[in-house]
Amino acid sequence: MGQIEWAMWANEQALASGLILITGGIVATAGQFTQWYLGTYSIAAGVLICLLEYPRGKRSKGSTMERCGQKYMTRVVKLFGPLTRNYYIRAFLHLGPGAVDPLLTALLSPASTLAPARLSVPAGFLLATILGTACLVIASGIYLLAAIRGEQWTPIEPKPKERPQVGGTIKQPPSNPPPRPPAEARKKPGEEAAAAAGAPTGGPQENPVPVTDEVV
Amino acid sequence: MLILLPVCRNLLSFLRGTCSFCRSTLRKQLDHNLTFHKLVAYMICLHTAIHIIAHLFNFERYSRGRRATDGSLASILSNRSHQEKKGDSWLNPIQSPNMTVEYVTFTSIAGLTGVIITIALILMVTSAIEFIRRSYFEVFWYTHHLFVIYFIGLAIHGIGGIVRGQTEESMGESHPDNCSEFFEKWDDPKFHCKRPQFEGLPAESWKWILAPSILYLFERILRFYRSQQKVVITKVVMHPSKVVELQMNKCGFSMEVGQYIFVNCPSISYLEWHPFTLTSAPEEDFFSIHIRAAGDWTENLIRAFEQQDSPVPRIEVDGPFGTASEDVFHYEVAVLVGAGIGVTPFASILKSIWYKFRHADHNLKTQTIYFYWICRETGAFAWFNDLLASLEQEMEELGKVGFLNYRLFLTGWDSNIAGHATLNFDKATDILTGLKQKTFFGRPMWDNEFSAVAAAHPKSAVGVFLCGPQTLAKSLSKCCQRYSSLDPRKVQFHFNKENF
Repeated sequence: MGQIEWAMWANEQALASGLILITGGIVATAGQFTQWYLGTYSIAAGVLICLLEYPRGKRSKGSTMERCGQKYMTRVVKLFGPLTRNYYIRAFLHLGPGAVDPLLTALLSPASTLAPARLSVPAGFLLATILGTACLVIASGIYLLAAIRGEQWTPIEPKPKERPQVGGTIKQPPSNPPPRPPAEARKKPGEEAAAAAGAPTGGPQENPVPVTDEVV
Repeated sequence: MLILLPVCRNLLSFLRGTCSFCRSTLRKQLDHNLTFHKLVAYMICLHTAIHIIAHLFNFERYSRGRRATDGSLASILSNRSHQEKKGDSWLNPIQSPNMTVEYVTFTSIAGLTGVIITIALILMVTSAIEFIRRSYFEVFWYTHHLFVIYFIGLAIHGIGGIVRGQTEESMGESHPDNCSEFFEKWDDPKFHCKRPQFEGLPAESWKWILAPSILYLFERILRFYRSQQKVVITKVVMHPSKVVELQMNKCGFSMEVGQYIFVNCPSISYLEWHPFTLTSAPEEDFFSIHIRAAGDWTENLIRAFEQQDSPVPRIEVDGPFGTASEDVFHYEVAVLVGAGIGVTPFASILKSIWYKFRHADHNLKTQTIYFYWICRETGAFAWFNDLLASLEQEMEELGKVGFLNYRLFLTGWDSNIAGHATLNFDKATDILTGLKQKTFFGRPMWDNEFSAVAAAHPKSAVGVFLCGPQTLAKSLSKCCQRYSSLDPRKVQFHFNKENF
């Protein structure tokens, strides 16, 4: 299939699942479903996932289109260093929410015990949020594939604008005057007559016809 | 349903052909088929969300009704009807108070298919985001085939009959308007209301998707059949900057200007079909495409053709598709603007115009052409350069120098190129392209160009044709409006954005 960066697709999938988790959580909380507090949890998890996944990583080949306004989040995500750079960690983080085990336990017994640790395991208990967790499992699978292939999240940084160096190429001004013929040869014969007649000498150029500057 | 129809390319071509009596503006709408496909997809996503949320609330109510013991209408409807088990007359699919909604979801056909097809839909949508589609097309193409699962799941989604409705008979004897308030008395044999009977409503989605699915199946079979037809490669030309031109022949193939074909090369990839604009004119006895190396498939193809000793790889062709740009011939003055790769269809158009002009074709109303070619660097389009040079030469021979006026704008220039150009200012031909017209650097100033054209042709209808980016389309259409005079007898600019 050529050079595919799975991380890019995983990123889209995770962002979509985050949004679906938020929606499912809102539905569960607003409708006051049974165990609706899990819905609030899923809203929080969804928001966290969206924030993490919003800044798109840089493609290794070719130019990457940034999402609008992502540079603020890029700075925050960059702060976490290897935690966010490594895709194995992201795969594990997303897998938490969607692990199959809690789903099975929910099917067999409607227990409300929250499983420890991982990000959205509890959301797997509530029907409204199962869809989000299932999508997140898939995203985590694709991230795992990306991590196995050695991809990494690199932030998209704006290139520092090269300010044109004003005067950078100007070195020392020339110290010697340009070569000129000796003073006697420089003086033209007309000049003396003009100097005698009192007409203005306009430098080296002698205009045969008087020239006026026409300004419109 | 509606989402399958816009992607039946051959069906659309057929419609275009049969509706040739319709005005071309109507037929042009068929070119926006992919936009329509995307709009319908957004609608499907929206309605899926609404559907799921509605069912979530519904199941929550069922669950509460099953667990309610307060003798309310909901609990009686849930409990009584199930205990009866008279035939199939239950209402609440949740059969016992201990059963969770999640259990019902995953053990009923409707729930399971619902979850599966929604996940398929989400995968299809995330891989179809423009960024992913343009950068990694294979991911998009193969994932999008999940639509098969989607449609099969959709057809069987309603089979279980979980959504229940009151039977006709029961509606006759105990209508909810009369009887819903007196639910305590339903058991009373002397009361006029009896217990309502429910039955599962039948699955209906298959009725909607059957016909388009069959049409789409025909479409794929037709594409396969056309791909099996023999394509003879008559000539392979290697152009500079890794561009290969393939001249081919296929039995029964007839094209118009501005159309495109899909090409498959089984020795490189069985399943990948890539679109290429046709660069030959219909008057020629072959059809040709120019392929530039821009990714795995194209690079492999060029490499395969570069090898002189091994046999020429087999090519399969499907097409031609797309609305023909015949409108170009209907304007007295044509302004053609090709930006970057958008210059390719103009190769076909220019060649065709030239042929028609030479043979004094009556359909050709064009008297003057202004061609603007905008690109970053001419390297990959050297072949187009040669085409312009040969056209230039032929026009000189026929003495019709004013027929084709072209301007090349190089937007990716640097001080070296500019310096070079300044030094060679006096030469008759351009140093970069070898053409008589000098190359301009930077983007064209459309105001100047339009006013010059308007001044040169004060009474004509000028057709402006663009193949290029959207921003350019906006500025051109603005210029068209600005420079069209209010008097309809004087110069009028008509903007056509060709979607190649």
